[in-house]
Amino acid sequence: MKNNKLSILLRGIILENPVLVLVLGTCPTLAQTTSVIGAVGMGIAATLVLILSNAVISALRNLIPDTVRIPCYIVIIATFVTVVQLLMHAYLPALYEMLGVYLALIVVNCIILGRAEMFARKNGVLDSALDGLGMGLGFLLALFIMATVREVLGAGTFAGIALPFFKTYHIPILNQAPGGFLVFGILIAVMNKIKEKDGGVKRKSFSCEGCPSAAHCKKVSCSEMSEFHAPMAKEENENDA
Amino acid sequence: MTLKSLILILMSGVLVNNYVLQRFLGICPFLGVSKKFQQASGMGIAVTFVMLCATAVTWPIQTYLLERFNLGYLQTIVFILVIAALVQFVELVLKKVLPSLHRSLGVYLPLITTNCAVLGVTINNITDGYNFLESMVSSLGVGLGFLLAMVLFAGVRSKIDNTAPPKCLQGLPVTLIAASIVSLSFYGFASVVENLLK
Repeated sequence: MKNNKLSILLRGIILENPVLVLVLGTCPTLAQTTSVIGAVGMGIAATLVLILSNAVISALRNLIPDTVRIPCYIVIIATFVTVVQLLMHAYLPALYEMLGVYLALIVVNCIILGRAEMFARKNGVLDSALDGLGMGLGFLLALFIMATVREVLGAGTFAGIALPFFKTYHIPILNQAPGGFLVFGILIAVMNKIKEKDGGVKRKSFSCEGCPSAAHCKKVSCSEMSEFHAPMAKEENENDA
Repeated sequence: MTLKSLILILMSGVLVNNYVLQRFLGICPFLGVSKKFQQASGMGIAVTFVMLCATAVTWPIQTYLLERFNLGYLQTIVFILVIAALVQFVELVLKKVLPSLHRSLGVYLPLITTNCAVLGVTINNITDGYNFLESMVSSLGVGLGFLLAMVLFAGVRSKIDNTAPPKCLQGLPVTLIAASIVSLSFYGFASVVENLLK
């Protein structure tokens, strides 16, 4: 039993890392990784919202009617986002300014709605909170790695502290918008390479079931989205056959 | 407020502060629905449409309800609910009144509820202190910028399909790297708009 709880927690951090493996929540990942401090702040804010909303949604899972569950989830998530927003505005005003509109946009972060839909509505309160913690830490870790790469190479600093060699030879473009896409692309490619070597760990295909608009989306483009992971998906198909 | 400042707001939304390529809002549809030109333009037009409707509704709510009764802290909850309800409403109205438009845009509308660009533009209009007209122009600019980015990127992706990158780069990574290059091209607009009107 204890092992089971531990695996729920650890799964989100590596095997099902929401950013690098499930590819959810790309907007804050790209926007808030120009500085390590901003990335950690964003990660902690999202983790708090994830734990609390997962726990509450799980506790209310038998009360919320199935047909209106998405609006209900959005209200619950928006409530916790507002709580975090007000707390941060009061106690960490500098970080609040730095995160700006992205703090409010945690509401529409697909990781949170995705976990509510995929995990919290089918599992107990403790498991859901642990899942929220694991996914939040995975999100935080991915943001931290990306921000470290971008801040050290792009600005020559780490968490605001100047680094001797990198400060002289920094590459400013990495800290701008194009660098965000580039670093994220390379990071996912590295992740793919590691998994390829391991062989054993199979990438999950694009997690459409977690997306609240999956039913409509499938009509438009879900089949195409899954082609993001074309090589892996093919392997799975072959296995099925 | 002159015509000049309105044009400036419009152009800055389309080119300089392009939401997708410079501010990273609305990345999911940008990566997900940009594979074919037709889908990309359909999604872009639907987003522009919803942004305009959402701004037309949320700006008065913020000014005449939330600020008047000191309820500013409810902004996030109220805006997301208004947008979600609005999208449903727009879909119903379109279905009834303009069935031909509904056929072409209908499938994209439900996808937009959780699009962070729509929530982002409504909140940003308030934070930037725009009046109603400026907010509408800004939303139009942002929407057109989204459409432009989608259409451009659909063209780029059709080229990517004909290439054979190494296995670990296939799929998402190579798409992101292409997006980075498209974003770089928008980077060149940074000082163009200010100089246009001088």
